[in-house]
Amino acid sequence: MSENKQHIIIIGGGPAGLEAASKLGSAGYRVTLFEKEEQTGGKLRTWYKLYPGFRLAEEVQDFLANEIKINVPEIFSNAEVVNIIPDNKYHTVVLADGRSFIADAVLIATGFELFKGEKKEEYGYRIYDNVITSADLEKKLRLGQPLTTANGQTPARIGLIHCVGSRDKKVGNVYCSRLCCITGVKQAIEIKHHLPKAEVFNFYMDMRMFGQNFEELYIEAQQKWGITFIRGRVSEVAENIDGSLQLKAEDTLSGRPIKMNFDLVVLLVGMVPADRTEAIGKSANLGFTSGSFLASADAQIKPNETNTPGIFVTGTCKEPLSVGETLSDARSAAVRIISWLREKREIN
Amino acid sequence: MKEWGYSILKGRQIDFENNDFSISRFVELHEPSFSWCIGCGSCTATCSAAKFTDFNPRKVNLLIQRGEIKGIEDEIAKCMLCGKCQLVCPRGINTRNVVQNIKRAISKSYAL
Amino acid sequence: MHFNLFVIPFMAGMIALLILLAFRYSQWLSNLETGDWRKIGSNLFTLKTIYAFREIFMESLIHRKVFKVNPLLGYMHMSLAFGWFMLIVVGKFEAFYYTGKFANEFYYPIFFRFFEQTPHLSTTLLNFNASMDLILLVVLSGIVVAILKRFRPGMTGMKKITRHSVGDRLALSSLWMIFPLRLLAESTTAGFTGNGSFLTQPIGNFLNIFLPLQSISMVFWWMYSLALGAFMVSIPFSRYMHIPTELLLILLRNWGLKTNDNFTGFSEIEVQSCSRCGICIDTCQMNSQGKNATTQMVYFLRDYRYDQLKPDLSDNCLLCGRCTQACPVGIDLTQQRVLQRKKMTFPQSAQFKYLPVNQDIDKTEVVYFAGCMSHLSPNISLSMEKIFKADSVKYLFMDRDGSVCCGRPLKLSGQFEAAKQLVENNRQQIIASGAKTLVTSCPICYKSFKEDYNLKIRVLHHSEYLPELISQKKIKVLPTGKQVVFHDPCELGRGSGIYEQPRNLLKKFTDLRPLSQEKSDSLCCGGSLGNLSMDTEERCAIQKATADYLNSGNPEFIATSCPMCKKSIGQFSVAPVKDIAELVAANLVKIGQENHKLLKYRKLQDAMDIQ
Repeated sequence: MSENKQHIIIIGGGPAGLEAASKLGSAGYRVTLFEKEEQTGGKLRTWYKLYPGFRLAEEVQDFLANEIKINVPEIFSNAEVVNIIPDNKYHTVVLADGRSFIADAVLIATGFELFKGEKKEEYGYRIYDNVITSADLEKKLRLGQPLTTANGQTPARIGLIHCVGSRDKKVGNVYCSRLCCITGVKQAIEIKHHLPKAEVFNFYMDMRMFGQNFEELYIEAQQKWGITFIRGRVSEVAENIDGSLQLKAEDTLSGRPIKMNFDLVVLLVGMVPADRTEAIGKSANLGFTSGSFLASADAQIKPNETNTPGIFVTGTCKEPLSVGETLSDARSAAVRIISWLREKREIN
Repeated sequence: MKEWGYSILKGRQIDFENNDFSISRFVELHEPSFSWCIGCGSCTATCSAAKFTDFNPRKVNLLIQRGEIKGIEDEIAKCMLCGKCQLVCPRGINTRNVVQNIKRAISKSYAL
Repeated sequence: MHFNLFVIPFMAGMIALLILLAFRYSQWLSNLETGDWRKIGSNLFTLKTIYAFREIFMESLIHRKVFKVNPLLGYMHMSLAFGWFMLIVVGKFEAFYYTGKFANEFYYPIFFRFFEQTPHLSTTLLNFNASMDLILLVVLSGIVVAILKRFRPGMTGMKKITRHSVGDRLALSSLWMIFPLRLLAESTTAGFTGNGSFLTQPIGNFLNIFLPLQSISMVFWWMYSLALGAFMVSIPFSRYMHIPTELLLILLRNWGLKTNDNFTGFSEIEVQSCSRCGICIDTCQMNSQGKNATTQMVYFLRDYRYDQLKPDLSDNCLLCGRCTQACPVGIDLTQQRVLQRKKMTFPQSAQFKYLPVNQDIDKTEVVYFAGCMSHLSPNISLSMEKIFKADSVKYLFMDRDGSVCCGRPLKLSGQFEAAKQLVENNRQQIIASGAKTLVTSCPICYKSFKEDYNLKIRVLHHSEYLPELISQKKIKVLPTGKQVVFHDPCELGRGSGIYEQPRNLLKKFTDLRPLSQEKSDSLCCGGSLGNLSMDTEERCAIQKATADYLNSGNPEFIATSCPMCKKSIGQFSVAPVKDIAELVAANLVKIGQENHKLLKYRKLQDAMDIQ
């Protein structure tokens, strides 16, 4: 590797990190990517199909893996970054094992975690056997496991609860996770794919169908699959003696409290920043959003820059994004890093 | 002039221009979170009183904000002030203080 | 006959004070309840009166409790109060010894060095003289600390000092003047007569070099008398009213009087005993963790005294009881606040006729009342049910389907009459069940059941009930060895005095670690229903600060015994927060036979622990 090549370190090997890495690699830069897990791919590996077209998450994964194979030779797995030491010329990235690396530019792509469902105890996750999260449902679907209740019965009625851990001041997350709505619609349809006879109900506060073909999928859910949408936020879930669940909400459109029995309840858990994001961000003097995501320097014209020159952010470590949006954002970050490095070289 | 043609049924519409916003203004002054409601209905869903009667805290809040205060005194009297609504409210509305101030506003208007 | 015109201001002030005090005292005492008079009558000639005087000595003069808060602050109060007291007592005996008569003019001992200008010769009198100078020196040192505290509160451990009214300022200025003026009056007299001792004589000798003391000293005696008079007159119109009132309070309290659900003459005496020391501001978490230093008890009582109390101030208090615990005067501050809310409440506009009354039910052994908040942390009531089943006791779950309020939140908001409706309705239900024991998981309900329900059956919080089951060998718990800290819920700990039972229970099967702030000193979780007007941000700030504190020693679990505390702390805690009922249920082994359901439950809990 030639010495005069500028060096970019990317933290996180999910879709955002991988896509940016391959784009920067193909542009001729020296790119090093640190992934804390054994394998790259991030949360994409835990998902089955993607909205709105039900394509397999695996296909996107393969696409990213192929790109990266060609363009980025240096990937460190099981490499957890603990902090960044920013400096005028070079930034130092320090790993948990004590090794450190220097780079001209650092791109943070640490991604998200799902909100821990048990934090909303009133929904009974990990207390009642038949309350699962959207991630648990994806896992079942991906592994081809039958959609059954905890004791192996076919559920006749399934409820999906929107906004679990999002838009909720009481858990400290006032922001909207944006993608749970469409995930709820997608999963409701997937449930109907597997269990055409099951009744499926979604409990929502607002349906936020902003993406391409999202509203169409919402319409399809109602028209083709007969899924019912009830406007009311669930206040609590209780377990009946037979293990089925009772949901309490207000059917706000009829203006009356509603209680309903369900065999299976899916919590559409929101997105929160990954655990290490806060520590890394603080070490690099970055700003944070109200939800503790990493703040961009400017929402419109500097979406991937931060208030520390040479440190960039992309993907779901800065805001909840879909897979498609994440990849676009990663490309945007790559383009900005390239232009920034050129400016830097010209100044020196 | 004699009535003729299709006039709107009185009481059917929220007559925003002629409604009484005195309670609404009083409550908002003393508890600003009063107007943060997005109508999710969690409060009504969890409400202890709403299990035994047709009390609906979300609706009471909304109606007062629209100036529809007829019969509000009997409604708000059903609240046990237990605070469950405050615990579930995703907007962090100080629901118990809203109730207190609605009652205060009502008793004030009676005193006048 | 000793007399000089300058004693008139002092005497006038003194007489005015006595008249005003007599008037106020009689007003308050006339508002005592009949039961209070009965208590006074039966306790007057008992040891309790002696205890009261001991307490007066320890608290009003020595200020033991203030010492505990901060030694320098304690010294300041003690040197002023006890020092002044000693000046009066020793001065009285000096005059007695000198004249041989116990009865002298009232002002004679106070202005002794003016009236007796011949230097002493006997050793005893010289000793008296030296003692008086020493005591004066101590008092003056207290004044120096007090002045410094005004300008640098941090020195005496005070983060905030109280704001003053006009009466306060007059009283304070005259109080600060009294002793320096006494020093000057006595020193200037000593300068030309030689009747001083080790403090006043050297100062007098020094001043005598360049000042015409014989004419000047009279000015200082006048000023001294005026300062005394001004202070006496301003007492009833200032915070210093607490000094005479506290004496009365201590007596009445020792005779068994306390503030209950009605605002009586005794309550008024409590209010007037507030010294506005401001200790309640520092102990208040709304100040230390939130951003509010304007609604604490000292301000609340001040506004009440000046008839300016507003609901917005009155409602903004967690009623956690930390200030009541810390109050050096021992005022039941929490109850005072509730009673003022009661006074300010709007015409009662609550009615609960819609509540069902089911009298016709199967008789049972135990009634379980989970409480409203337990419905939002359902694992608590679920755990209690597992325990009831393991014990095979016959029980009824009173609020399984629909939570009904115990009435305490209404009462805390001042709506006593509305609360009574709920109390009565619930009471009928409980009596109809035929149960001998009422168990609740909510400390708020517990306090209500205990104090307002007048139930003839046992009322237990599960923190009391669970250890009982274990000691009676009705249930068995497996030791876990997990490191646990226990958070005291306000209503259970400070509110009901239950500190040891949950701790002893936890010690049986966990490794319970102590905390620096626990039991009566424990923090409030911030979720309290006592506060009506605090906003969510401030609440969260307190909740987070308390969660951080409990997590500071990295425990494996934070245990508590209140659904509200669990929720408040849980949202900001690193370590999982568990109710002791959950911990017991998770580690339960059924005596005799294996129980599959319990094992399964245990596994589920283990899975949660790993998470």
